[in-house]
Amino acid sequence: MNPTVDALREKFGAAIQRADVVWGETTVVVERTRVAEIVRWLHDDPGQSYVYLSDVTAVENRDVEQPLEVVWHLRSLAFRRFLRLKALLPKGTPLEVPSVFPIFKSADWMERECFDMFGVKFVGHPDLRRLLMWEGYKEGFPLRKDIPLLGRFSRAEQLRQALAANPEARYSKEELSIADAFEDLPQDMRARLRSGEKTGE
Amino acid sequence: MGLTPRPESNVVSYDPKGGEGWVTTRLDFLVNWGRANSLWPMPFGTACCAIEFMASAAAQFDLARFGMERMSFSPRQADVLICAGRVPFKLAPVLRRIWQQMPQPKWAISMGACASTGGMFDNYAVVQGIDTIIPVDVYVPGCPPRPEGLIYGIMMLQEKVKRERAADPSIRHEMEPDPTSQLYIPPSAINELSEPFGNAVHQTRSGL
Repeated sequence: MNPTVDALREKFGAAIQRADVVWGETTVVVERTRVAEIVRWLHDDPGQSYVYLSDVTAVENRDVEQPLEVVWHLRSLAFRRFLRLKALLPKGTPLEVPSVFPIFKSADWMERECFDMFGVKFVGHPDLRRLLMWEGYKEGFPLRKDIPLLGRFSRAEQLRQALAANPEARYSKEELSIADAFEDLPQDMRARLRSGEKTGE
Repeated sequence: MGLTPRPESNVVSYDPKGGEGWVTTRLDFLVNWGRANSLWPMPFGTACCAIEFMASAAAQFDLARFGMERMSFSPRQADVLICAGRVPFKLAPVLRRIWQQMPQPKWAISMGACASTGGMFDNYAVVQGIDTIIPVDVYVPGCPPRPEGLIYGIMMLQEKVKRERAADPSIRHEMEPDPTSQLYIPPSAINELSEPFGNAVHQTRSGL
């Protein structure tokens, strides 16, 4: 058992619901509303120093009674420890957990992917949009158990909708837009753009 | 001042004793011969087939032997689109746009099982064969095809190019789906036909 578990129990008490060890890896089930708080403490406390978030994902079990689980994989480089946090989201409740983006910048795309695939809403994420599927994908959240493997629509409809998408759609609000980033450009490039020089197209 | 009239360049002179040979041929035969032996590929590699494609282009198999010396990484200077790998639905409009950017004459090779049929990826995210998006001339089977397989496909494409006739321009017409065509099946009918089997591989390519 990871010694962090005892420290967590001491610090957060009832918010730590369960802890077990599978194949030498410790899993801690925590109160879902306090995830951000707990991760913040794990990250900041010098005795824990979990400074590396290696994954954010979710699990939906085939048993419909089982809650959907959101999983965080944390690693402490200083103490060479691995900790898996889980938050249980029972069926019928809103799929919402706090975002850990303010603590780990790397959570950005992981949370977006998790939202894209499972529809889990990470409260506090600054830009929670789909990551893998395109904007305007209408068939729901594809890794959920209630979505058939082939998707909800027929092949013909899927293809029609996909081809109707704009291939030049912006998938990143900041990075792909020259117009928005104009002020950040080098001086000479701004001068050239002002004089009417065309970029691309 | 030594000014002499320039020789008339529009007249073909023929001196039987000069040792210069000449042939007569059909123009489209000559054009096709040139086209077939200088196909510039545009690699559209999305998966492991692209690795085999690179192996085909490299020294061991050497696509340069077939006039594919120049890989064209721009669709505007390419003759043949080689789609190597699976194409997800998110990439479908990109692939179609790239095809539309290629100038005529142009051909397409669908390399591997995934590009040809969707392969093992019969799921919500993958296009079931790129011929639902663009017209395909040669399908190369395999998962992935060995370079010999791709080269065989390229030689088949060369055969096809050599058989084109200038008198038959229809082969170069780019056609949009035509609802008045006898072959057109509306999407609703396709949905009905493909039930209860979700895999409509054999249905979606009817002019949609």
